[in-house]
Amino acid sequence: MRLTLHVWRQAGPRAAGRFVRYDVPDASPDMSFLELLDVLNQRLITRREEPIAFDHDCREGICGACGMVINGRPHGPRRATTTCQLHLRSFRDGAELWIEPWRARAFPVLKDLVVDRSAFDRVIQAGGFISVRTGSAPEANSVAVPKQDADLAMDAAACIGCGACVAACPNASAMLFVAAKVSHLGLLPQGQPERARRVVTMVAQMDAEGFGACTNHGECMAACPKDISIDFIARLNRDYLKAVASGKPQAARANGGDG
Amino acid sequence: MELRARLPAGPLAEKWERHRAEIKLVNPANKLKRHVIVVGSGLAGAAAAASLAELGYAVSCCCFQDSPRRAHSIAAQGGINAAKNYQNDGDSTFRLFYDTIKGGDFRSREANVYRLAEISARIIDQCTAQGVPFAREYGGQLANRSFGGVQVSRTFYARGQTGQQLLLGAYQSLARQIGMGTVKMYPRTEMLDLVVVDGRARGIVVRSLVDGAVTTHIGDAVVLATGGYSNVYYLSTNAKGCNVTAIWRAHKRGAAFANPCFTQIHPTCIPATGEHQAKLTLMSESLRNDGRIWVPKRKGDTRPPLEIPEDERDYYLERLYPSYGNLAPRDIASRRAKQVCDEGRGVGPGSHGVYLDLRDAIARLGHRVIADRYGNLFEMYERITAESPFERPMRIYPAPHYTMGGLWVDYNLMTTVDGLYAIGEANFSDHGANRLGASALMQGLADGYFILPYTIGDYLAQAKLPPLDASHPDVRRTEAEVSDRVERLLAVGGRRSVDAFHRELGRLMWDKCGMSRSAAGLREAIQRIRVLRDEFSSDVYVAGKGADLNQALEHAGRVADFFEFAELMCHDALHREESCGCHFREEHQTPEGEAKRDDERFGYVAAWEFRGVGEPAVLHKEPLEFETVHLAQRSYK
Repeated sequence: MRLTLHVWRQAGPRAAGRFVRYDVPDASPDMSFLELLDVLNQRLITRREEPIAFDHDCREGICGACGMVINGRPHGPRRATTTCQLHLRSFRDGAELWIEPWRARAFPVLKDLVVDRSAFDRVIQAGGFISVRTGSAPEANSVAVPKQDADLAMDAAACIGCGACVAACPNASAMLFVAAKVSHLGLLPQGQPERARRVVTMVAQMDAEGFGACTNHGECMAACPKDISIDFIARLNRDYLKAVASGKPQAARANGGDG
Repeated sequence: MELRARLPAGPLAEKWERHRAEIKLVNPANKLKRHVIVVGSGLAGAAAAASLAELGYAVSCCCFQDSPRRAHSIAAQGGINAAKNYQNDGDSTFRLFYDTIKGGDFRSREANVYRLAEISARIIDQCTAQGVPFAREYGGQLANRSFGGVQVSRTFYARGQTGQQLLLGAYQSLARQIGMGTVKMYPRTEMLDLVVVDGRARGIVVRSLVDGAVTTHIGDAVVLATGGYSNVYYLSTNAKGCNVTAIWRAHKRGAAFANPCFTQIHPTCIPATGEHQAKLTLMSESLRNDGRIWVPKRKGDTRPPLEIPEDERDYYLERLYPSYGNLAPRDIASRRAKQVCDEGRGVGPGSHGVYLDLRDAIARLGHRVIADRYGNLFEMYERITAESPFERPMRIYPAPHYTMGGLWVDYNLMTTVDGLYAIGEANFSDHGANRLGASALMQGLADGYFILPYTIGDYLAQAKLPPLDASHPDVRRTEAEVSDRVERLLAVGGRRSVDAFHRELGRLMWDKCGMSRSAAGLREAIQRIRVLRDEFSSDVYVAGKGADLNQALEHAGRVADFFEFAELMCHDALHREESCGCHFREEHQTPEGEAKRDDERFGYVAAWEFRGVGEPAVLHKEPLEFETVHLAQRSYK
């Protein structure tokens, strides 16, 4: 199949970027989207041009490294599918594709389609964990967890941290990402002691990173390759209000206490 | 070079406890003065970095990914073993130990494997406390399933994303320490060499993958948790970035490399579709619990699977191995799949595939139960192949998946370089010649949470480590060598891309040093690797510049190391004149085509000492002594 690509090329964080047109006349519908870029890159290399930089690693839709906006949609047109698992059979022969990096103030472009998502790591560092020292855990079955809670926690925990939710949001909000972690840990009995502090510190860090506010567009859920529901955002909001109203977070020290 | 395994004396079940009691401890006040560098942030690396920081050490951790959460452990699907005996089906520490030794075809150390089995239960406790959402029963207790090659249900799982959930647990523990400032994290940072001063590992030279800056990190000990080398085959189930560079560089600085030819080919992967194929995707072998594997009885039968009647199907694993059937260990399932395809009975494009059929399970358990168990795997399969496993059997074929070989380590997980440790898949320690399903996660976490944090103290408490700074001549020389190597790769200016060379090397390794190997094939491979390696250094073209984000350059450095390493792998396979586990030598098989081990001549760990690129490596043997288990020919009939 024949495809026309317009790919965002940007030499560095401070360089100006622009779309560059590439024609691929002989793509195969069985190729993954990243394999299409591989093939194109091989041709660029043969022509002594610099290949397109893009993040990728597992190519199984689980590491969360890959991600690009394809015709305005993060990870492209297929529901619940990462870019690496998107296959060209999702496009029609002759299609024209515009390929861009995630666009958000908190995710600065490093080069071409590669962005810096370390803001997500810092949000987790602020409170996205259960403080349990290696060796101090009780017998695993000593705490029963209702199956439906464990299943729901798993739905939230399935987040791969790719950042598509931020790229899809008109406000570049990270609420779905933060809500997924807050819900995952807040649904489990092990996560209760730090539940109030966690939501407050994570939200504060999210704001500090320059992510926008949530205004319930729901674009994040539509773009999420793991189908994470915005119900978790409602859960975050409830937890946040409860924590702030009860005054619990003020009593807590930052970063997990002195562990 | 001398191999001192430092196995503790005493009865098997008491060795680890006794060893822990005898190990030297670092004074708590001194721990902060001890700086440990952890390379890699997968299960082993993240667990070790977090646990060491909790103990009070100053820790640095680097990974080549943009976040420690993306290490390849994340892709493990099926589960993690632990001898909890929650199912009351007769499991025990001893049984897990025995299954692992037997599954590894008696090529691993008893003491290490027993320790692994002993620790396994605590890993589940730890991960559960971290909030890992393991599958549960309706009563709220943890659920189990049985998994490739064993007859008890001891595998804990989180849907088909067990590796992801365990890694996120370790990552979150690590993130907590980073937030507290006890771990300094360096993402997008690749280790390119090891700094050895006065015979001790004292640091690493790294390249920033953002701006190309080459710098040195100095410390008191270095821990390599850098995973396996399946990407020597180019096509494998490993993430694209997985590489041999860190352990190969360490090998060149004096760390012995053990059993490099022990590479596992996983039986259930989605077959390749064409020349553009960049990697292969694993389908969890948990599917083998409910799926039946078959090919047509007749050669060249191209009818669609649903039109092939029952009596014209060959359920070859059930036929050959009546007691284990579709759950036969990975090496056996892979080899048999290759065999039926070589006979011309393969299915799908290129006839490189066998059917994995869940029809009977769907009929027995219903659509809903199967969807609940395997829904995400089915979706993944359909996304890639555009075929629904509910409507027609899946097509699978073996693919390189895991490498049992790695840096040789003693009982403390220290390599032959003082102060240099290797943990997780990067070492050779526990899986012998074949790893059982759901044991990789167990080993990575055992090493990272519960073994290394103790054993490294023994070294740090005793070693005399004078202060060192970046101006030391050994440090500057190592750093200069790294920069020089980067410049040389960029300067070649040849005609062929890095990727083209990597593909060619991969095909060669798959053909000659893959699922079955012969002396003639291995000798030929060694010659061709040398020729290709020379071509690479004179004809590769690496685009871009050094002081930049340059993925072609990253890949070039890794492929250059694969070229050096591949030769050692073939030498090891050639010298091991027996078949054991995943290492199948065509000259050594029974009339039924089963592997023929030779305990008399090869009951040892082969640890290779580096003597120069293209020079024959020197073989050191660590004899394997079995005091508890009785060596038997593996039988899964």
